[in-house]
Amino acid sequence: MKDNPSRPLYLVPYYLWIALFVIAPIALIFYFSFLDLAGAFTLENYQNFFSSVYLRMTLSSFWYAFLITLITILIAYPTAYWLTKTKHKQLWLLLIIIPSWINLLLKAYAFIGIFGLYGPANKLLQTFGAGPWQILFTDFSFIFVSVYIFIPFMVLPIFNSLDKINPALIDASRDLGASSFTTFRRVIFPLAINGVKSGVQAVFIPALSLFVITRLIAGNKVITLGTAIEQQFLVTQNWGMGSTIAVFLILFMIIIMMLTGQKEKGGAYNGKTK
Amino acid sequence: MKDITRAAIAILVVSAVLLYTVNVLEKSSATADGGTISVYNWGEYIDPELIDQFEEETNISVVYETFDSNESMMTKIEQGGTTYDVAMPSEYAIEKMKDNDLLQPIDHELIPNLQNIDPYFLDLPFDPGNEYSVPYFWGTVGIAFNPTLLEGQTFESWDDLWDPTLEQEVILVDSAREVIGMGLNSLGYSLNSTNLDELREATDKLKTMGPNVKAIIGDEIVEMMRREEAAVAVTWSGQAADMMWINENIDYSVPEEGSNLWFDNMIIPSTADNVEGAHAFINFMLDPEVAAQNADYVGYSTPNEQAIALMDPEVTGDERFYPPEELRERLEVYENLGLEMLGTYNELFLEFKMDMEN
Repeated sequence: MKDNPSRPLYLVPYYLWIALFVIAPIALIFYFSFLDLAGAFTLENYQNFFSSVYLRMTLSSFWYAFLITLITILIAYPTAYWLTKTKHKQLWLLLIIIPSWINLLLKAYAFIGIFGLYGPANKLLQTFGAGPWQILFTDFSFIFVSVYIFIPFMVLPIFNSLDKINPALIDASRDLGASSFTTFRRVIFPLAINGVKSGVQAVFIPALSLFVITRLIAGNKVITLGTAIEQQFLVTQNWGMGSTIAVFLILFMIIIMMLTGQKEKGGAYNGKTK
Repeated sequence: MKDITRAAIAILVVSAVLLYTVNVLEKSSATADGGTISVYNWGEYIDPELIDQFEEETNISVVYETFDSNESMMTKIEQGGTTYDVAMPSEYAIEKMKDNDLLQPIDHELIPNLQNIDPYFLDLPFDPGNEYSVPYFWGTVGIAFNPTLLEGQTFESWDDLWDPTLEQEVILVDSAREVIGMGLNSLGYSLNSTNLDELREATDKLKTMGPNVKAIIGDEIVEMMRREEAAVAVTWSGQAADMMWINENIDYSVPEEGSNLWFDNMIIPSTADNVEGAHAFINFMLDPEVAAQNADYVGYSTPNEQAIALMDPEVTGDERFYPPEELRERLEVYENLGLEMLGTYNELFLEFKMDMEN
């Protein structure tokens, strides 16, 4: 492509957007995190963050986000692999994506009904002679619903990277005498790892700050950093503390992005020439 | 490129048509010579029929929005953005809004129906002379329970909630002042306590209730109790009335150590656009028949003497919801404790919730 002198002009809306809606809000959050209730400069918020309550909250947010991500991968990977083998890939993919178009709140309220003492889940258990059990407002229901919500976001990137693998590579591996397991471990898994990394980013980071589900499904017995931010802004009106927690959340996100960042090495890396 | 241009034009045309339709629709719903007022109220806190009736009678069209806590309402009014003409905060929020110059004085001449209000509810400490506010509803915080799901436990005292037989049965309302206040009351302290030792003691006591706590949620409590998902809930009197409306098994009690007595009031924010319309709305809501219909629908207790005369004596004679004056003496009204103290209450509440994790 030749350098077109008017090209920078096309970038103006993009730069404006980034400046107004990405850089400015982050700068504001950073600024507010140094203010106390009266609006004076302070480092107290940061000191507060390292108190036991917030440290425990951070740890438990990470623990739940880790569990949710892990279970999502365990379900999404085989699903994505199976999808690449089916005939009507696009149809199956659509069926997996459609639930993610439904509003999160609606899904949460539906689960309140499903997991209730008199809901279908317990009815099913009772036909097997078990229960009724308290399913709603437990760790189990929290993780179950979160995993359900995040599955499409994990299936898609993994499917994309699995689908891109050149089948000739797998045939070659077989021809050279590798077992199915070795083929998976040495060929398929390394080639699709970038899809898993994108999936982890799309699941782990939002899972750190879930807050609607913590209330509706976990009955506020699971507290994440998101809950704390909501409360600081809306109830306590301590914007400084709310911003400080947000700053740490942004930091954690950057760290996770770096850990799961993709190193592009060579264009034909995954076997298909471009 | 051609396709992109075409798509862009299509989107513009569709948007223009939609914009036009919205305008037409808004105009037809607002046969506006009285203009428009925006009302900002708690969820499920008005009989929607009354809004239609008001629009018909006055030709003022009403934009109605709801909030779920005093704090979020204040934040939104303070930030501007949307201007509201009438809002319904609780008493401690009114003190705070007054301090922040968010209210404008109410012209009593425009509210002749103010005379229908029981004098007990006028001229209260949070707003002497009702300069800025007019009573809307009042009520208490207490314990709603369903005896058919229990084994004869009663709830005369807050301490009954700590009963080991209630494992995983108790729902708490997701609000710091109510829950910490309950802890303070159960120890015999004031629920307006600013003494850090008392607050710490209350929080520690609340934590020992952990095994009994089923969930800490908001308006969903009503649904949970109606469907007998839970047996006991700490909640506001009106929510309890809502539950009892559907499920007759449910009962409500205000513990003897004391509890919270609260008043929700109509105010006009200083940023209001249509001050005259706001007065008309407030006056309308105080009309005896309107107030009686509203109280029937909402289930909270009305401060309107004339309305009570029109209502079912079985409802208004129910001491659980219309406690007589000597019972009210035991109860405390929230004071505005200031932002810093509110922060402390919330930190402790957060700590309590963190402790619930199992």
